[in-house]
Amino acid sequence: MILDVIKNKIEQKCKTSNYPKEKIVLPENYRGMPLIKNGCSDDIVRECAENCPVDAIDSTKRTIDLGKCLFCGDCEKISNSEFVEFTGNYETGVSSREDLIVGVNTKKIELSTNAVFKKLFGRSLQLRVVSAGGCNACEADINVLNTPFYDLARFGIQFVASPRHADGLLVIGPVPVNMELALKKSYNAIPDPKVVIASGCCAISGGIFKNNPEQLKGVDEILDVDLYIPGCPPHPMTALSALLRFFTNKLQSSKA
Amino acid sequence: MNTCFINVENGVKIPFDIIPMLNFENFYEEIINFVNSDASVVLFFVFENKDEDELQFVAVLRQEDKLFAARSKALSEYPSFCTHSLKFQLFEREIAEQYGIKPIGHPWFKSVRYHNNFVNADDLFGNDYKNDIPGAYPFYKVEGEEIHEVAVGPIHAGIIEPGHFRFNCAGEEILNLEIVHGYQHRGIEKQLLNADLKKFPFILESAAGDTTIAHATAFSEAIEGLTNTGIDDESKKIRALALELERLANHVGDLGALSGDVAFLPPAAYFGRIRGEFLNILLNISGNRFGKGLVRPSGVRFPVSDGQKHNFVSKINELEKEIISIADMMFVQPGVLGRFEKTGIVKHNTATELGLVGVAGRASGIDYDVRRSFPVSAWKDITLDNIIEHSGDVMGRAMVRYREIKQSLNLVKSLLDKLECSNPDKCGYKQPVLEPSSFIVSMQEAWRGELAHCIITDSKGAISRYKIKDPSFHNWNGLELAVRNEAISNFPVCNKSFNLSYCGFDL
Repeated sequence: MILDVIKNKIEQKCKTSNYPKEKIVLPENYRGMPLIKNGCSDDIVRECAENCPVDAIDSTKRTIDLGKCLFCGDCEKISNSEFVEFTGNYETGVSSREDLIVGVNTKKIELSTNAVFKKLFGRSLQLRVVSAGGCNACEADINVLNTPFYDLARFGIQFVASPRHADGLLVIGPVPVNMELALKKSYNAIPDPKVVIASGCCAISGGIFKNNPEQLKGVDEILDVDLYIPGCPPHPMTALSALLRFFTNKLQSSKA
Repeated sequence: MNTCFINVENGVKIPFDIIPMLNFENFYEEIINFVNSDASVVLFFVFENKDEDELQFVAVLRQEDKLFAARSKALSEYPSFCTHSLKFQLFEREIAEQYGIKPIGHPWFKSVRYHNNFVNADDLFGNDYKNDIPGAYPFYKVEGEEIHEVAVGPIHAGIIEPGHFRFNCAGEEILNLEIVHGYQHRGIEKQLLNADLKKFPFILESAAGDTTIAHATAFSEAIEGLTNTGIDDESKKIRALALELERLANHVGDLGALSGDVAFLPPAAYFGRIRGEFLNILLNISGNRFGKGLVRPSGVRFPVSDGQKHNFVSKINELEKEIISIADMMFVQPGVLGRFEKTGIVKHNTATELGLVGVAGRASGIDYDVRRSFPVSAWKDITLDNIIEHSGDVMGRAMVRYREIKQSLNLVKSLLDKLECSNPDKCGYKQPVLEPSSFIVSMQEAWRGELAHCIITDSKGAISRYKIKDPSFHNWNGLELAVRNEAISNFPVCNKSFNLSYCGFDL
């Protein structure tokens, strides 16, 4: 029996990626950071804005709000890539809500970090994940960070079972009214200093459900959010790179 | 059997008027006849018929691979169907919560999702929705000095959706489990009464993100039915391919999670990664790991190229060898078998009485799969073997998953083989014009089981009711009964063996 287990282990080998030493390139169809272009007509931009299911496009300012964006790619197709092209850049996590509103010719967004958080949590970060109305896609893609390929634990980041053990909260979902109390209690149970991370467009802006009275319009209606991770769901690499940039010095591209 | 219910077909629209409008006595009697001949409930809901200015019941029943529908005027109360069949119990509670219509004699009348009704009728549960959930909820209590109650959730230790579990235990043994939902309620069905049609596919894909493809396909086929749109063969195959990839990803993940729950960690790690490989195939095709944005009315938004096809085929072959090697190792471990076998048994009679569907139903001997019974699109040309187990325990549910994994791997290989790698995106962005005054039921075999969408359009062609039924709607009761007389420490493995959707239930 045990020989079968050992045999399997040898067959499986080590599947952990070398990120961040080795850059990871996602498949061509992956829709990451949108690159908004200046050249196309106002009519095309308006058509994209009208078709956007979450009204993430401001046709006058030619911006896309990544906090609302579902990354569905419809605007890219409608405009035949003349208005916007989704790139393979998955590093879209930010620390301020305004930074998610992306304008023309922006190739990447800086994530400004907090030196205090880096000092406190840079080598060991315990997070309590609370699913508040998530559709299970975000939950699944957070869970996958624990699997061998991403292996979050090697960076000192762990998901814990109780808010009492946690340094911060990672919230998923648009926060239905029925979850508001549970979320607040979880937050209050975390000892200070603590961080709050909003993962996924539902948690940032309420997502496709944002105008429903049964829920809030995002976590920052009731809690101060320190890190925003956009996507529907955010690709595990988006979450991983955001966590590493914000809390550690492993990706030396951010300013303290 | 003779009935005045009308025969309807999966994915085929009919004029709403030809659905027989029965008086309630007749409606009641016909339904009783159906349940006495072992029929199952696909849908039972109320909708506001604005053209006829009244609330109406709509029932869609399933018997021996045929669907039957009828409607009746809904007054403020009616005799519960539960006296004859428990399959109606949750549907009746949902109707009471959505439309304030009381089922008299319901064996356990309590709220479903904790929200205000749609029609400003009096609340039937004694709830004031300004108060926090669960409100005036009649928890089942076992009397006795040795009994203790364990309350788990809504927030759980793991990274899973919220739900509340209330156990009444005598020592380690669970005497009763009661599950309270509603924490994920986002108000989808109410939103769909008024939403812009452009938002529908996105809302439905996010109803239950891990069931994106099944919901998107049910929606697309319903819209195609209502607009008389045919789709090309390539799109049909890509949809079936995506559905099977979704099934594979979830079943593989479940086997890993089950293994982790009995502390046998190697498969948990390996299957966790392999699950991601299937999602990466969906990512390769559609740009989204869950296939969000792939399936739309008129076809699929993304093609599969020749190069992709070859990569996928070699990937699937590689993954198949790994999965079989790991699963074969897993299912001979005494530690695993000791925890899986005879744990969380749902007997065949119980499963039939409750109307369990999908994996849970098949593990208890219920031989039903929408792909075989109501095939649409690519499924019309595919022969599927039936996969059932009879033990009804965790091992049975794990075995059904393992056998379905092997079946789906073969399906994926065969579908990939038949792909012609053509298919420009024909989906377009103009809002479709739907046939007015029509009715359509669209069913899929999602990875959890039978999923059904029903659309009713009004005289102007607008959607006047969009009813969603996720397979979890049938199966949560199964979990409640599976853990009876189990040690409470076996609850996590039983729960994972069902792995039902909280958000698909709560909508």
